[in-house]
Amino acid sequence: MIDFGYTVSPSSAIEIDDAGLASFRQLCRIEPDAIKCISCGSCAASCTAAGFSIMNLRKTILLLSRGKDREAIDMVATCMLCGKCYIVCPRGINTRHLILSICKTYRKE
Amino acid sequence: MIGMTFLLIYLFIGLVRVIIHLPKEDKKKFFLSLINPRLILKNVKDIIFDVLLHVKIWKRKPLLGYMHSSIAFGWFMLIVLGHIETWFYVPDRTSTLYYPVFFRFFVMETNHTLKGSFFFFLMDFFLLVVLSGVFLAMFKRIRSTFLGMRRTTKNSWPDRVAMYCLWAIFPVRLLAESFTASISGGSFLTRPMYLLFSNFLSDTYHIVPTWWVYSSILGLFFLLLPFTRYMHIPTEAFLIILRNAGIKVTSPRKGYSEAEIYSCSNCGMCIDACPMMVQKKNLKYATVYYNRFLRRRKWDKCNEIADKCLMCGKCVAVCPVGVDSCGLKLTYRNIEPVNIRHDYSYLGQAEAGVPELHDGDVLYYAGCMTQLTPVISSAVTSVLERCGISYGFMDKDGGICCGRPMILAGRSDEARALIARNTEIIKSSGAGTLLLSCPICYKVFKENYNLPGIRVVHYTQYFNSLAKSGRLRLNKSSVRAVYHDPCELGRGCNIYEEPRVLLRQVGELVEARQNRDESICCGGSLGSLTLSYEDRKSITDKSLENLTYDSPEKIITACPLCLKTFASRSNVKVEDFAVTILNNMTNTLK
Repeated sequence: MIDFGYTVSPSSAIEIDDAGLASFRQLCRIEPDAIKCISCGSCAASCTAAGFSIMNLRKTILLLSRGKDREAIDMVATCMLCGKCYIVCPRGINTRHLILSICKTYRKE
Repeated sequence: MIGMTFLLIYLFIGLVRVIIHLPKEDKKKFFLSLINPRLILKNVKDIIFDVLLHVKIWKRKPLLGYMHSSIAFGWFMLIVLGHIETWFYVPDRTSTLYYPVFFRFFVMETNHTLKGSFFFFLMDFFLLVVLSGVFLAMFKRIRSTFLGMRRTTKNSWPDRVAMYCLWAIFPVRLLAESFTASISGGSFLTRPMYLLFSNFLSDTYHIVPTWWVYSSILGLFFLLLPFTRYMHIPTEAFLIILRNAGIKVTSPRKGYSEAEIYSCSNCGMCIDACPMMVQKKNLKYATVYYNRFLRRRKWDKCNEIADKCLMCGKCVAVCPVGVDSCGLKLTYRNIEPVNIRHDYSYLGQAEAGVPELHDGDVLYYAGCMTQLTPVISSAVTSVLERCGISYGFMDKDGGICCGRPMILAGRSDEARALIARNTEIIKSSGAGTLLLSCPICYKVFKENYNLPGIRVVHYTQYFNSLAKSGRLRLNKSSVRAVYHDPCELGRGCNIYEEPRVLLRQVGELVEARQNRDESICCGGSLGSLTLSYEDRKSITDKSLENLTYDSPEKIITACPLCLKTFASRSNVKVEDFAVTILNNMTNTLK
């Protein structure tokens, strides 16, 4: 193949059917609030841990719902559980329990 | 006799088990406390006041207090007097421990002697006291509100059988004593009873069966006792000794915790106290049921209740036995299995951002919750500036969490990383005073941090000391305000008076219907892990209703979380303590 100096980037499309969402469904059973998220990002904006780390709850929920567990787990591990996201959440999601439930249902590979 | 022997053996095994399971340093504390004369005095005092007289219940609900102390103290006096009496007449009774119980049956003493009639009078008097208590207890089962309790505990079946035994013991004793009054004599209660009965019961064949019934019921009660709520009768005294020795809850079920679980009398005072009980569906989450499930090792149920609890500490405050149920639940949260552990190694790389301070200056740490309510942090800093105090703002551009939320979630081990990092920053700043505006932070800085030489104060305390020294000058307005005691500040750290002193200086202070250690959680508590947003709303409404009881124009609180929670649902203006002080201070900027 001729080297043009650039390549086609690999597809980033996610096949939900193949993503293996069993853990996410389990999570939704423990904390049904998980599907309430509207991805507004208030949690990420107010996050204490975000000042030092990659923590972003909005992203975490998105990643988990798409089966990208590993990245999400790395994020959750940096959370300080301070509860600010719970207070600012316009949907009243019990974020602290959501995070604790993630820690219980998911496993670090 | 069988009942008593069984009970004593059971108690001894229990005692040994508890002591074995205590951690090493606690064991040392316990044995040292047994030889410390000051603590012995305190133990004796506490045992008499709490176990026999139930002073704690008297203080809150006098009638209920009377019910409990009449049964406990009355029964105790019956036993003691019975022994003294028997001792007088039957000096040699080494082999007959049960003699006093049936004294009237065995000894045909008359009340003609002065000594005899005196004892008979006392015995009758205390029997009457006990009987009145028993009747109150029966009435309580029908209408608990009469005794000041809206809801009582649902008894399990062994509890119920033991309860009926307890109810039956004393009336049957009265009957038995009355029947024998002709032979052994009696006093103001048993004599008339005897005369009454002798009118239509001419033969004396019923005497022996009645005494038999009495002894069987007593035996059955003692047999059942270890498996029922009445276990608190023997264990409470032991718990008091352990508590006075300074032992704290360190395990969810073993050692000291076991003593606490068995001391829970299932009285149900915690049911009315719990803020969650505004919703009937939450009744099953009451502390009393937690203790019961824990005692029977029903882990699933324990799990559910432990995660639901708001950790407001009100059930601990009202508990007549002083069971630290929040500690029990918190240690339980710590053993719940977790796959992903939090990792704060990234904090090491982050820039500390230590504010530059002169030695002994004030270091202000706002904390996460105050970051969300900048009105508080700006008020605090304005007050400091106007008082001419030089200070440093530790987390002006965002800081690290204090660690208390992690501890409340049962992650004490991981919280240590946060605590260590904060300690490092505070120590390197050279501060002499650490000022906090959040009770949640204040509690953890007080209890879990090791900051030698640094005074840790909440701003209510600090402003109070500023006013005392004359650096903070206040003027009085005519606003009627009510003060809400935040759980972590009031029950958590015992600060009730400081904010009130200042609030009285700046306006008219009214009290909520339930205040101080009975104040109701705002519903926003970080303590509960599973309580949903919807369920919390009803708690907030209930708390607000309690606060506005005396129709104040303003609700003042000293916790950013309470402020945030109340402000969204209150019709009355909600204001933070620091804002009130700032608006009423006469100091001007220099």
